[in-house]
Amino acid sequence: MATIISRRRVVADNWQLLKLSADGSIDIPSDGDVIVPLSVWLAQRDALVKRTARLGVWLEGKDDPALLAADFKHFALIAVHFEHFVDGRGYSIARLLRERCGWQGELRAIGDVLRDQLFYLSGCGFDTFALRADQDVQAAITAFADFSEAYQASVERPQPLFRRRSSIPKNDTTDASI
Amino acid sequence: MYLYDEIDQRLVDERVAQFRDQTRRFLTGELSEDDFRPLRLQNGLYIQRLAPMLRIAIPYGLLASRQLRALADIARKWDRGYGHFSTRQNIQFNWPKLEDVPDILAKLATVQMHAIQTSGNCIRNTTTDHFAGTSPDEIVDPLVWCEIIRQWSTFHPEYAYLPRKFKIAVSGSESDRAATQVHDIGLQATRDATGQVGFRVFAGGGLGRTPLLGAVMREFLPWQHLLTYLEAILRVYNRFGRRDNKYRARIKILVKELTPDVFRAQVENEWSHLKGGAATLTSDEVQRIEKRFTRPAYRKSDALSPDYVLALATDKAFSNWVRRNVQAHKVAGYAAVTLSLKKTGAPPGDATADQMDAIAELADNFSFGELRVSHEQNLILADVRQTDLFELWQRARALGLATPNIGLITNIIACPGGDFCSLANAKSIPVAEALQARFDDLDYLHDIGELDLNISGCMNSCGHHHIGHIGILGVDKQGAEYYQISIGGAQGNQAALGKVLGPSVSQAEVPDVIERLIELYLARRDSEEERFIDVVRRIGINPFKEYVYGNHHQPAASRRRQLATA
Ligand code: HEM
Ligand code: SF4
Repeated sequence: MATIISRRRVVADNWQLLKLSADGSIDIPSDGDVIVPLSVWLAQRDALVKRTARLGVWLEGKDDPALLAADFKHFALIAVHFEHFVDGRGYSIARLLRERCGWQGELRAIGDVLRDQLFYLSGCGFDTFALRADQDVQAAITAFADFSEAYQASVERPQPLFRRRSSIPKNDTTDASI
Repeated sequence: MYLYDEIDQRLVDERVAQFRDQTRRFLTGELSEDDFRPLRLQNGLYIQRLAPMLRIAIPYGLLASRQLRALADIARKWDRGYGHFSTRQNIQFNWPKLEDVPDILAKLATVQMHAIQTSGNCIRNTTTDHFAGTSPDEIVDPLVWCEIIRQWSTFHPEYAYLPRKFKIAVSGSESDRAATQVHDIGLQATRDATGQVGFRVFAGGGLGRTPLLGAVMREFLPWQHLLTYLEAILRVYNRFGRRDNKYRARIKILVKELTPDVFRAQVENEWSHLKGGAATLTSDEVQRIEKRFTRPAYRKSDALSPDYVLALATDKAFSNWVRRNVQAHKVAGYAAVTLSLKKTGAPPGDATADQMDAIAELADNFSFGELRVSHEQNLILADVRQTDLFELWQRARALGLATPNIGLITNIIACPGGDFCSLANAKSIPVAEALQARFDDLDYLHDIGELDLNISGCMNSCGHHHIGHIGILGVDKQGAEYYQISIGGAQGNQAALGKVLGPSVSQAEVPDVIERLIELYLARRDSEEERFIDVVRRIGINPFKEYVYGNHHQPAASRRRQLATA
């Protein structure tokens, strides 16, 4: 059974990640928790909704997360696939899912997910991580503590640092006297 | 100088620890070369033709004397005794060992410096006007805004893996000395009709193989919205910028392919969700940052010393230097002084460790312990009392830093070129040296007047050849090093890209061609006030082309003969 990082702990994982085969077909088992590609969800939603096991959908960098916003109630998980870790589109997708579309369930990073990107991924709202097979999952946990603060507003820290410094009154944007 | 607070310092220290661990894992084979490369690039570490190259950030070009001394120590201990100041307001070392880099970064952190995001496909060091805070025509002090952007962009979780590198430049004045229109985002401070401060926002400018000037995104963006608007641009770029071809991956290509209007509409749509959100700036935050900058304790101006007045009237070398290398200051009795790193025979922008120490001492003695790095690869003492100018000049001259050539043809911007860079088509430093030697006569030099001459060793345009009044580009012609010459480029408010003059020429021919250009300019200018670039704008490039290459139908050999005898 695979192990993943979930909320900074190593846990066993039962989800099956389903991919289209070369001819564009896909085999969906009748039971078991599955994560299907966005295109499969859009094409086979009626059949998928009838299954009793839990359902997840995964997005690629080019996908529009807004396409899922109306369907959240059907999903137990949304995953974002990183084709290569230097392709940073998934970071924006995660923030849009969390901050714009209001997804509050599990958000999983899958694909080329490595220890050294976990801090930023977590900042953008991912809470579970299926690391690339060669990664030392246990050792990777320390990466969440690479930095103890961040300047920016993000999913993890909805207020930027400058609004969290205690001496600073909030929402003072009216005075232009500089 | 911006002074770190506890959190600023902690984050930089944590970065050193993180990179130390990454380097350790790389050296033990736990981290593959492919997985390590983007990590080391985001810490300024390239692997170059000769050795690794470490690029250290000098945020918005501001440097304290103790920081410069630390750079000198690094040059001595871990490099070969010198560093190269680049056009991006940072310094590069060409010889550090990979395993030493964590120690170098730790040393930098002790003087509030780092190499964070100086390379890689992320938001890079924000650059600005090197006279920031001192120029009489300033609307805002751009240093404050650069620091706000530095904090926002440092370790931004969403934008560490962009399609390509991303550079932001800020100008605080009416007159743009930060080349904002050739950056991915350019910000020009301005005021609206009610006097409120804001920014004119450009996006999609850049040089490289597809040189483009930025398109106006907003004529006026109120300052409170700066960060949310930057977020909107970056998000559209991160999602939709091309990732299939690294030569088409800069934001300028996205803006061009979508058209500026469509791109702007996408940004505005994204911004409509972010506007007014938590990242909206407050005047408290702007003031907090402003107060963390130490400011020079200017003294009331004394009468100019008799020595100075006399020297100005009688010492031609001194008055030449004052004319070229000394700039007006907003505080009466003070001036900004450019120390030239463009001495004939030295690679542009290079400084030895001993020079760095000596310059640090000049900064301590004459300019409140601070200096600036200009994108023209010189160093600037921004707050010098006028009465000290004569003494400073004598000391700078003894150090070889007083070449009176600022703004003149020998103040060449040149990239490292084929001597150091693996991407080069041709060398650039020997070309710069040959030109400096050719135009060594000071009277002739001053007679020619203001002229920017920029050299890049290849299309990546690190030497900004497109925006030189004269630009020289190294090209590969069947394996031989050749140079393509363009004229008419300019930076600043009238930014323009140069036009290619004609077929490329060999290295030996370059000084002759440049001299022909100058001859024609001197013959055609209507007064000494009309600069080279003004003449190019007035008469166009054809007269220059004909004067350099002769008649179009003339055979190449006789053309070359004509050139040789010119
Ligand atoms: C020695 C090793 C260097 C290498 C391998 C290198 C590589 C590159 C490359 C590949 C680009 C093009 C990126 C693109 O268009 O997407 C570039 C752009 C640039 N480089 Fe360098 N560079 C080096 C040194 C320097 C130095 C020393 C300077 C400053 C003097 C510099 C300043 C710049 C600037 C300003 C640009 C941006 C031009 C633009 O706006 O497109 N580089 N460099
Ligand atoms: S312009 Fe070309 S040759 Fe010069 S430093 Fe940049 S990449 Fe190297």
